[in-house]
Amino acid sequence: MKQTFYERIGEAVYRERLENGLEVCVVPKPGYAKKYAFFATRYGGMDTRFCLNGTWMDTPAGIAHYLEHKMFDTREGNALQELAKNGAEPNAFTSNAMTGYYFDSTDHFEENLKILLSFVSIPYFTDESVAKEQGIIAQEIRMIEDNPDWQIYTRMLKALYHTSTARTSIAGTVESISHITAQTLYDCHKAFYTPSNMILTVVGEVDPIHVVDLARRVLPRVGGGAIARDYGQEPEGVAQRETAMEMEVASPQFLVGFKCRSVPDGEDYLRAAVVGDLACDLLLGESSPLYHRLYDAGMINTSFGGAYEMMPGVAYLYAGGDSKQAPAVLEAICQESRRLQEQGVDQAFFQRARRAAFGSNLRGLNSFENIAVTLTEGYFHGYDPFRFPQVFDSITPEDITDFLRENVTQERSVLSQILPRSGEKGGNKA
Amino acid sequence: MEMTRTQIARGVYLTYLPARKFKTSLLSVQFVTPLRRETASANALLAAVLRRGTVSCPDMAALSARLDQLYGATIDYTVRKRGENQCVGFVASFIDDAFALGGERLLEPVTDLMGELVCSPATYHGRFQPAYFESEKTNLIDAIRAQVNDKREYADSRLLRLMCQAEPYAIPRLGEEEDAQALQSRKLYAQYRELLSSAHIEVIFSGSAPQERVEQALQGAFSTLPREEVCPILGTQPHEGRQEAQSVTEEMDVTQGKLGMGFTCGSDDMPALLMGNTLFGGSSNSKLFMNVREKLSLCYYASSAYHRQKGIITVSSGVEFRDRPRAQEEILAQLEALQQGKIEDWEMEGARSCLLNAYASMGDSQGKIENFYLSQAATGQEETPQQLSEQVSQVTLERIVRAMETVRLDTVYFLTGKERAQ
Repeated sequence: MKQTFYERIGEAVYRERLENGLEVCVVPKPGYAKKYAFFATRYGGMDTRFCLNGTWMDTPAGIAHYLEHKMFDTREGNALQELAKNGAEPNAFTSNAMTGYYFDSTDHFEENLKILLSFVSIPYFTDESVAKEQGIIAQEIRMIEDNPDWQIYTRMLKALYHTSTARTSIAGTVESISHITAQTLYDCHKAFYTPSNMILTVVGEVDPIHVVDLARRVLPRVGGGAIARDYGQEPEGVAQRETAMEMEVASPQFLVGFKCRSVPDGEDYLRAAVVGDLACDLLLGESSPLYHRLYDAGMINTSFGGAYEMMPGVAYLYAGGDSKQAPAVLEAICQESRRLQEQGVDQAFFQRARRAAFGSNLRGLNSFENIAVTLTEGYFHGYDPFRFPQVFDSITPEDITDFLRENVTQERSVLSQILPRSGEKGGNKA
Repeated sequence: MEMTRTQIARGVYLTYLPARKFKTSLLSVQFVTPLRRETASANALLAAVLRRGTVSCPDMAALSARLDQLYGATIDYTVRKRGENQCVGFVASFIDDAFALGGERLLEPVTDLMGELVCSPATYHGRFQPAYFESEKTNLIDAIRAQVNDKREYADSRLLRLMCQAEPYAIPRLGEEEDAQALQSRKLYAQYRELLSSAHIEVIFSGSAPQERVEQALQGAFSTLPREEVCPILGTQPHEGRQEAQSVTEEMDVTQGKLGMGFTCGSDDMPALLMGNTLFGGSSNSKLFMNVREKLSLCYYASSAYHRQKGIITVSSGVEFRDRPRAQEEILAQLEALQQGKIEDWEMEGARSCLLNAYASMGDSQGKIENFYLSQAATGQEETPQQLSEQVSQVTLERIVRAMETVRLDTVYFLTGKERAQ
């Protein structure tokens, strides 16, 4: 195996690409009791249209997430229970561009890893078991539909994008998932759950050679080919300037989104991510002059925060929280962006913010899940995430102002709001 | 490496947890004070007001510049409810000296800043800065109101409130809105002086620095703490069960119903109840997960929690409005199965190893271990995770059945949709 030591962050990574195309990463963590395994496929809520054996397929919204739920079913029963018997805490998530299955355990690690690799690589669905899951996922969808944070975020994405599948809800809708059958699940599994489209990451005090051997023994010998995907042709401008919805909430919430230029895969992807995050900190982070001004004016409170996100074919900067003056906050953000473009970023503030961002990235390495997800994203997008200290070193204030000039402007902005229900009595009955 | 707990000043205890494996150190300073309606919202506000500025860093800009310079150290204020005590204070996280680019020491400056936040706030004529007081008061009221936004948490807290009505346990973490409305700057300052001099204080440290260095940093940073007679930590009164279970339904504009059920536990066999609760609804192997979710597809989540200090178990689930009777019936049926000892070997094994795994890996997270030791100290418990493991290992099926037989339904809460939404 290839071993890389990252001196500035005190981590080592063992990597090996198996004959079937699977990437295996092991991060040793001496002194920790738990061991963590993360097995992921490059397949998420955005991948609804793809090419399988020369034929373009359109699949229902929410199918990657549905598949994630059903993968735990095995011919013998259910892998969730099998792992739980060993004291492992298994779970899974589906994001826009990946599905990940994981567990952590202090005992029986190799046995648990074998169960994980088996159930994710061997599908077992029946029409009956697929139908039964509709009830559970429908309740999951109902739950998130009642969640204002989810509503406001999803509605922001729909305002930002015309056609990109970033608009598609990861869980789909109660209607869209009703079209899912055992056969469509088998097709999607065949296309995306092939070792060459996947990565296994193990974090903890384990022998890397054992991990590789186990993966070789359990997984199929041959991987599949590359899978072409269609994320939609996205025009430059935003789809809708403003969107608002009433819900049973105590006070108004908002998110502003800025449609940013998307970034191709490769080492530059990491650099773009770091520039975007740092620009967000300098523009409106907790240490920024804008944050202090808005907080003192009572226009935002501690719920206010922002981030820069990238997904296949799209990138956006967003910020929000509770506020009764959302349009004025949006205006202030745009103004501050203009000011920074014109006057440049304060040197001392830039140095401090960069140092703080380094510390915050370092802190992230306490979390096994974060390490695994970060390495997985790096692999899918073709960069090494543990090189972040060097990338931080290379960034200049001009990188930040260039980013703001290109991306954070009034024309590229959208405003998504959730407002308390009006004109209704909120009475309770005992 | 072992945990030690020592008294370092009058009523001030340091829990020292040496660890070299983390990238960061954690330092927590917490006032532990009885949860009372009269003081709950004041204490919550106090933490927020103190976080706004100190004598040497008088505003947010100065504070955040100082923290950024310390490699993005974070100092968050926390307000937690542990048993019938309220814990307010600060938790700092900062990178280990080994990763500082210039080999700087970070423990001392961060501890100094903590000391300033606690002992030397920005004041104006013998009270807090009026602007800080006013804006944090508004924020607190907003935060109390915003609890309705997350319907699952809201329903869980409504259940506790209805169940423990006249007991301190019913008081929410941030206190009541009307009490927050009535807060006055002068009284808040008096409450602050009171806490400084007489509240029990727990300090928790996890990181690579030796204990002497931590104690020295603390002595320096908190040298002006005016300690006087210290109030002892009060125990939590077990919940008095109702003769007849009560049932409450409320309406809101939601698409999913939230069902909460509260039970009293007559037994004080804590390890057996820990196991019983894990079997009931405490893991993805539990009876509630396997039956209410997997077998009947009634919900996405159905789980239970054992409130050890209070001697109660609560169940929380999200269901279609029309499925409520079936869900409620099934939850009770699963409890009955436990009470009749219908527990398979694999269920026992699963529940036990789930708990043992959680205790064994607790020391892998600075956040979890801080929370654990604070809870222990705030409720007068002394077991380590290791000792809890041993107790759980010894629990037998008979003990579980005997303990679960004392579990009785007390309160049912259902949050349903408005007719229009149905």
